[in-house]
Amino acid sequence: MSFRAAVVTFPGSNCDRDMAVALEQVSGAAPHRVWHGDAELPERLDFIALPGGFSYGDYLRSGALAARSPIMQAVVQAAGRGVPVLGVCNGFQVLTEAGLLPGALMRNAVQTFICREVALKVETSQSLFTSAYDTGQTIRIPVAHHDGNYFADEDTLDRLEGEGRVAFRYLQTCNGSRRDIAGILNETGNVLGMMPHPERAVEPEHGSTDGRALFESAVRSLVDA
Amino acid sequence: MKVRIHVSLKPGVLDPQGRAVHHALEGLGFEGVQDVRIGRLIELDVADGTSDAALDEMCRKLLANMVIENYRIEKPELVS
Repeated sequence: MSFRAAVVTFPGSNCDRDMAVALEQVSGAAPHRVWHGDAELPERLDFIALPGGFSYGDYLRSGALAARSPIMQAVVQAAGRGVPVLGVCNGFQVLTEAGLLPGALMRNAVQTFICREVALKVETSQSLFTSAYDTGQTIRIPVAHHDGNYFADEDTLDRLEGEGRVAFRYLQTCNGSRRDIAGILNETGNVLGMMPHPERAVEPEHGSTDGRALFESAVRSLVDA
Repeated sequence: MKVRIHVSLKPGVLDPQGRAVHHALEGLGFEGVQDVRIGRLIELDVADGTSDAALDEMCRKLLANMVIENYRIEKPELVS
């Protein structure tokens, strides 16, 4: 069975190609490329990726305008049907702005753009995005963002922790995120938002291949389904 | 009709920009600044008679992120 993925490109996305290459390398099938102005997604998708970048120049708030673009209505509907949706970096910001994930991503507490490899703890392997990792495993993949400071109220944070929806956590404080949260899942586990870039840690030339297992998890979940 | 939307961070939400500006003010020698919070002013020119409900909806759906921000609508009779 061929893995049918789509990568959405917004004006200002700049990790869409890397995301498509990573998905193709791991799944063997080239993803569909979808434009923000499209009203519909390709049919029978197995996976949707919202890439990193600076959609709409980060105008108003990071991800705010992309979250209201035509294609996002289709993405929200697909997520509701259970289609796996991965948002990385700006894609994570878009997912929170679209209401698919709780909380918000604010300006880094340190005020600077952070661009480096970071160590993450895999908090759960019980998700379709993380099943190829071990719970508690340390992985190293890069971050590159200005607005990665995850904020949610204490009740929401407690709920995320209690329901096993914190997927990744920074081992060292990175950007001021509440409880060092780097990535979270939605209630049904089919939407993952994360600031670090797994698509930039897929080939040995990247310096780390620790991101590869995330895509392998997603592909494997389809085969097992 | 001109309308001003004032968007500000909710109390308790850390404002790194405000904190950096606070430090800069102190660095310039200004004393007695207790706190700095940075918000956003959005000026709208809308059809006369646009309802408060419609303005509220604009704020809630797009102009403010209700997770972290509050908004205040300033109507024309109050704009000097």
